[in-house]
Amino acid sequence: MSDVATFNAHPAVAVQAESPLAISRITVATLTSAQGAGVCVREHALLGHLILRGRAADEGFRAGVEVALGLPLPLKMGPVSRDAERGVSVQWMSPDEWLIVVPQGEDYATEARLREALSGHYAVMQVSGAQTVLELSGPSALAVLMKSAGYDFHPRNFPVGKGVSTTLAKSTAVIRRVGEAQWELIIRRSFADYLYRWLLDASEEYGVFVAR
Amino acid sequence: MLHIYCPHCDEHREEEEFRSKGEAHIARPPEPESASDEDWGNYLFFRKNPRGLHHEQWFHAVGCRKFFNVTRDTVSYEILETYKPGQQPVVTAESRNGSASDKGAAK
Ligand SMILES: [Zn+2]
Repeated sequence: MSDVATFNAHPAVAVQAESPLAISRITVATLTSAQGAGVCVREHALLGHLILRGRAADEGFRAGVEVALGLPLPLKMGPVSRDAERGVSVQWMSPDEWLIVVPQGEDYATEARLREALSGHYAVMQVSGAQTVLELSGPSALAVLMKSAGYDFHPRNFPVGKGVSTTLAKSTAVIRRVGEAQWELIIRRSFADYLYRWLLDASEEYGVFVAR
Repeated sequence: MLHIYCPHCDEHREEEEFRSKGEAHIARPPEPESASDEDWGNYLFFRKNPRGLHHEQWFHAVGCRKFFNVTRDTVSYEILETYKPGQQPVVTAESRNGSASDKGAAK
């Protein structure tokens, strides 16, 4: 366990927390039912996001992460390690950087477990407030991504389970395919409103429903 | 639009994801305090601007946010190879001239 000072970003006292899309969600009108919608948008707000830095070549580091998260550390771009049941995922972001997403309120405990299991040269950063997750699903979700980003989303290049960091609508996003027609977009707080509106606009022609 | 292979991501990506960061393989004088003004000035300020083959640093700004090296033809924009920092290029002016004369000889 390192002697780094940490703090729990989720105090025990109930404090009102708002996703970066709190305003956008009530000011943009969409279909009132998922029935017949080509695209369904759902925000997974206020999840725990952690950035982990470390040396992938260090066996102790890899083993420690696996102990702390219960998931293997992905060692290359693409395949996301995920436990859907526990809502935990780890994604390769760069040769020495990973994004960990955990359920709301579990980020502090996850950070503590990582610090317990790791030693030496590594870093864990709390970035929960810096980004949010949008889920895009439905038969036309792929079409929306294809016209909003330059990346090749064709199934032969983007199988279920893959995740990339790329450009999206003149901004950037981490894009992951979680199901046949189900995608997760991890977007920055400062671009959340813009991207949300872009995606609704791009989805309009297929019929878009925003799930609560 | 160039399609650039990032050696860290192990994948081709759109040019929009990258930034060009100038000449590669610039060696810092090993002993700055004893380097001449000319050597130090060359290290800090003077860059090659060749017509043809050039070794450059590129930055995968939107992807892995790591630097890598690119061998590029500044006339045709053709990217001949990309490789990680610390590695040496396979395609060089010499190797290219060699292969050009080989082609000539085969005619
Ligand atoms: Zn890259």
